[in-house]
Amino acid sequence: MALVSAAGTQQHDTQQHDTQQHDASALDDVEVRRIRNDFPILSQQVSGKPLIYLDSGATSQNPLSVLEAEQEFYEQRNAAVHRGAHQLAVAATDAFEHARATVAGFVGAKDNELVWTANATAGLNLLAYSFSNASRSGAGNQPSQAQRFALAPGDEVLVTEMEHHANLIPWQELCRRTGATLKFIPVDDDGALRLEEAERLITGRTRILAFTHVSNVLGVINPVRELTALAHNAGALVVLDACQSAPHLPLDLKALDVDFAVFSGHKMLGPTGIGALYGRAELLDALPPFLTGGSMITTVTMSEARYLPAPQRFEAGTQPISQAVALAAAVNYLRETGMDRIHRWETELGQRLVAGLDAIDGVRVLGPKPGRERTGLAAFDVQGVHAHDVGQFLDDRGIAVRVGHHCAQPLHRRLGLTATTRASAYLYNTTDEVDQLLDAAGRIRGYFGVTTRGAGV
Amino acid sequence: MSDLDALYQQTILDHARARSGGDLPESQTAAAPGLPGTGQSHQLNPVCGDEITLRVEVDGGKVTAVRWNGAGCAISMASASVLSELAEGLVPKELQGLIENFRELMRSRGRMEADEEVLGDAAALSGVSKYPARVKCAMLSWVAAEDALQQAVTTS
Ligand SMILES: Cc1ncc(COP(=O)(O)O)c(C=O)c1O
Repeated sequence: MALVSAAGTQQHDTQQHDTQQHDASALDDVEVRRIRNDFPILSQQVSGKPLIYLDSGATSQNPLSVLEAEQEFYEQRNAAVHRGAHQLAVAATDAFEHARATVAGFVGAKDNELVWTANATAGLNLLAYSFSNASRSGAGNQPSQAQRFALAPGDEVLVTEMEHHANLIPWQELCRRTGATLKFIPVDDDGALRLEEAERLITGRTRILAFTHVSNVLGVINPVRELTALAHNAGALVVLDACQSAPHLPLDLKALDVDFAVFSGHKMLGPTGIGALYGRAELLDALPPFLTGGSMITTVTMSEARYLPAPQRFEAGTQPISQAVALAAAVNYLRETGMDRIHRWETELGQRLVAGLDAIDGVRVLGPKPGRERTGLAAFDVQGVHAHDVGQFLDDRGIAVRVGHHCAQPLHRRLGLTATTRASAYLYNTTDEVDQLLDAAGRIRGYFGVTTRGAGV
Repeated sequence: MSDLDALYQQTILDHARARSGGDLPESQTAAAPGLPGTGQSHQLNPVCGDEITLRVEVDGGKVTAVRWNGAGCAISMASASVLSELAEGLVPKELQGLIENFRELMRSRGRMEADEEVLGDAAALSGVSKYPARVKCAMLSWVAAEDALQQAVTTS
């Protein structure tokens, strides 16, 4: 099975086909142990116990190749990109643009369709502000082209009830600025999107449909093609939050047919400070810029400026160059391991997690039931014990998980909770680590004295 | 005793369950009552969603009641319960001193010995100071009390 379909992409980067060699064999604990050797941070101890890192949904760890790529860049090629004619500047620019091609190829995009951003949040805010710039007259020096993005009272922006705050608040603010109305597709008790409601809510008034590919709380994979087709039939643009999919499963944005997408480098073995916005070339070139300044212009007078086409149009100021180079190294690491294999391994870990947690008295797992499709994460509630206390108990055993609302307050409220504990796995987690989490999870209520049936510690 | 057991001492778990003073009705949390000698403060920890509305009543130069309505982890609930028991009967200056003492202990990163004479059951919370991420949980009700006390004093 090909990782990235060849259709619609003409990348000069041929590494994407490497995965085919690996697809025959699934990842297993033996190979995962080998993979772990590439991640120096994973061999450390906390509270005298081996670190069990189950918080990759929040941020992932970096393999040596990523750390070395960043160091190598600073040691050998550091210079301003797109700004100098000296040889070092050429080397830096080459590395920077090669990184763009690598990351674009990884998600099935063309080079000029990938804009560097600080992270996914920055990408979504870029979009929301560009849309509101289009909503003001004369925006971006191309008012006629920008018109298609303009929002006004009567227009609707549609999100879902499971969104991360990063894919909710920028749209709330965009609606506030333009007078458009924000609506949302509700979820059912298992956290699945109510598609019959989606069909009802996507109408001729819908201008933007923004939703997450994979929920960072539930682990559900949303039906992107189905929702995108509904939106496109209604004439709406589709924005995909790929934060929890790009790192974990084969992703082909062209095949999914979305108009825009965002993801963060730090969740996919890369450094912080780098992420990307994907947009169909034709849309990006018509969209007014958000941040303005150096490196994004053609001619400037004292009264106005002309802007470059995408991606430079959206990359004002000095860019996160070494981070881009390091993210490309991360993508190469993922590609060489094989996204399909990573996805299958994490599916196995996710099922092990949900089945194990579900079997514990007084533990409620959010999202799909055991046996139903989910990624390698599970958020759960321990009856009678606050998530903060759960996290503390696990931390004492060296198990690092996320506690709280995971930047999804509306979803938690919908499910009748304020905070949960989330374990999220990645390619470097073993089944033994999942089992240790499960073992610890089974002791929590006993420790805090809330065991009602005398099961004890 | 392990650090974890020091954090979750039996006293703490008992207070987290008993929640002394935690009987301020939800219906009274929306607005401060505006009565003389009464102050009310709402505090939220946005990191974990822990929340408390705490009311302090001062009468005849003494704290007569500390009541609260809250939701949160064992540390924050136990802390509010302990505070509620300790505060009653103190003169406002003593309560202010107690709050300052407790804050200093919480910020000590485990380097300060709790004075049980002064802090009573709150001394059992000293284990929290070793966990900087949890200090806010323990402080939530005390910050609310400081705010509410000041209102109560200025209106009495
Ligand atoms: C689904 C989802 N969307 C958006 C974000 C925001 O990512 P970042 O904080 O890197 O911008 C995250 C990560 O926290 C996420 O999981």
